[in-house]
Amino acid sequence: MSLPVPGQPPGDADITAPAPGGLEAQLLTFAEDLRAEGVAVGVSEMLDAFAALEVIAWTDRNSFKEALAATIAKSPEDRRLFELAFDRFFFRAAEAEATRRRITEGDRGDGEPGEEINLETLRQQIAAALRDGSEGAMRDLARLAIAAFGQADGSGVLGVDVQRIRRALGLRTEPQPDLPDDDPRRAGVPRERLRRFEQHLRRELERDLIERTATLPPKRPLNELDRALPTGPIQDLAQVHKVVSQLKRRLATQGHELRGRKRHAHVDVRRTMRASLETGGVPIALKFRPQRPRRPEIFVLCDVSTSVTSASTFFLSVLHALHDAFRKLRSFVFIERISEVTDVFERERDFKAASEAVSRDAGVADISGYTDYGRVWTEFLGLIEDELHPRATVIVLGDARTNGRPPRDDVFAAITAKAGRTFWLNPEPRLYWNYGDSVIAAYETHCTAFECWRTDQLEEFVKALTRPVVR
Amino acid sequence: MLRNPGSVDHVAAGLKEAGYLPGASTALVAYLATKLGKPVLVEGPAGVGKTELAKALSRYLGRTLVRLQCYEGLDEAKALYEWNYRKQLLRIQTESDGTGWQEVQEDIFGEEFLLPRPLMTAIASAEPVVLLIDEIDKTDQEFEAMLLELLSDFQISIPELGRIEAKTQPVVLLTSNNSRELTEALKRRCLYLWLDYPELEHELQIVRLHSPELDQSIARKLVEIVHQVRELDLKKPPSIAESIDWARALILLGADDIDADTFMHTMSVIVKHRTDLETVAARVGVKLEPADPDAASARQPSPHSVDAA
Repeated sequence: MSLPVPGQPPGDADITAPAPGGLEAQLLTFAEDLRAEGVAVGVSEMLDAFAALEVIAWTDRNSFKEALAATIAKSPEDRRLFELAFDRFFFRAAEAEATRRRITEGDRGDGEPGEEINLETLRQQIAAALRDGSEGAMRDLARLAIAAFGQADGSGVLGVDVQRIRRALGLRTEPQPDLPDDDPRRAGVPRERLRRFEQHLRRELERDLIERTATLPPKRPLNELDRALPTGPIQDLAQVHKVVSQLKRRLATQGHELRGRKRHAHVDVRRTMRASLETGGVPIALKFRPQRPRRPEIFVLCDVSTSVTSASTFFLSVLHALHDAFRKLRSFVFIERISEVTDVFERERDFKAASEAVSRDAGVADISGYTDYGRVWTEFLGLIEDELHPRATVIVLGDARTNGRPPRDDVFAAITAKAGRTFWLNPEPRLYWNYGDSVIAAYETHCTAFECWRTDQLEEFVKALTRPVVR
Repeated sequence: MLRNPGSVDHVAAGLKEAGYLPGASTALVAYLATKLGKPVLVEGPAGVGKTELAKALSRYLGRTLVRLQCYEGLDEAKALYEWNYRKQLLRIQTESDGTGWQEVQEDIFGEEFLLPRPLMTAIASAEPVVLLIDEIDKTDQEFEAMLLELLSDFQISIPELGRIEAKTQPVVLLTSNNSRELTEALKRRCLYLWLDYPELEHELQIVRLHSPELDQSIARKLVEIVHQVRELDLKKPPSIAESIDWARALILLGADDIDADTFMHTMSVIVKHRTDLETVAARVGVKLEPADPDAASARQPSPHSVDAA
């Protein structure tokens, strides 16, 4: 069975005769691909996608893609993955089909000395196309550029070839004042456009390679760099974001145990009146306003002292992301004293701004700048002793290096006794635990400690955190 | 006049006529929404025209716009329906003698005593409408769950009356600023449209559509500056709405160029935080050509002077 193809010119029917399984099978394979990259594509999404494809014309690649995206990718992150996976999938599908049918592009202009490409004109044309940003022209010119500079001494490594061609074309993002006035490259090429042109080059080179060897290279999963957030300052932060988004998803699907209506002193007059109608206007059953704001369930304590500077970014980004996911979360940072930063994270949605605000406003360092765990526990207990209850979870992020000060694990024990669960995340490898001034052993007896210096370890922790509590 | 679009291009042209310049995917998703009868979840930063899209769509389709503004604590009594209990009480009291309970009971839970709220209005309307559920991310998950019945089956269950099914199929748009993750269940029932800040050329067209009096070269410069400002790390980057406001402010002030001085005076139109103002002044303002030295000294260099104007 295959779907009708409204926009298809009838004459092309024999070329596009369906490959085994037809379009539906292809789309389902594509959905599998997306699932492998972590996009949640359900059956209802696929049904919607098929329904959408029945009402739009397919002649335009863009509408085809947008229709699929609107029905399948339902968040900005999913959308980004969708773009990457879509390009990869349909490029591979087209190439596989071409190889199967042995369709080639024919001669590529070799042996025709009369049609020598004027290299300088080509350079100018490409730069002009980049400046004006016309996608189609860019693609055609990428092929010309490969014909002109690419084939003779190709290294065989795509990335190297792309850069070599770019240099041969004299394309740079920074201005080149020594070029003549009318040269479009003079003011520098827009970075984004240049990146796109490089993508075209890479794609065309890949196409060449597939055509020559008549085989598809093995599928390369999207690497973390591809998936990184566009503004991620360090590469690892992108990985953190990925883990954290999984954490969010798990928490979102965990249900409503963290929320709920509790009886409260305020009577909701309107609902009471409405309910009273069932009893002829006599208010028998009182209705109460839902309790709001709700009590936080998770308390996070984050060390921001110099001994864990490298890990602070990591910690803070996790903290930040948790804030997005939870309504019931209170966060504290500490060095010598403790300071609540819940407000900062509620106010600042941008990670960078939040970490700046914390370092500016929190005021947690005294004179020495060394962590004083004993004092921190005492202060923490004093602050929120009344709010700790058996359903609360306390998470401590720190290296447990007391700088020779008393660890006061008795106070820590009092905290863990009041809270339901306590986790400790230590950014040092387990090998270094309890050496020097590290007193993690004293705390570990009261809580579950995780080493957490790689993102996969963070993931382990997330699993432990979201695991249902067995009571 | 009711319209039933025949193709994506019709939608694009129609929206443009209604004063809204859609991007390629916007027109396509709007078309799909009318064809498939599925709600559309529109997400994106504030001020990129999510609400405007719904308004333009209602103008283009010739349908009434029913709008439900969401906020924390919104419940079904304010979104769906409520019994007009004052009227019901009056009814009970005036006819308390001589009428049987059964009769009164049947009577007071009739449609006469029902106060329709936006969702109910949209469902019960005889003419098809465009329903806009604005800023859905401001409500809580319970409310989202309540919406599910409406969004997938276009019906509402009222315990006393039974099920009310939609007489006509509304076009539903939900907007969200992405301030919290919506539930998977809600997303599954919707088409998804991500609206972002537009490309430079597209935004230029939008600005020119809304303020055609502005000189073309100034408009271009304005949009270029706005794009530069968005590149900075701001608390609240300027939106399309703010570019349009700025264009109007420049027309009112009769500015014939955006130089450093004009920019300093008017940038509070596009930048709304004190710290942002400082950043923008230091990073973008200095790049512009300085104004006439006489003119600069004559005016007070205050970022708030435009408010007075």
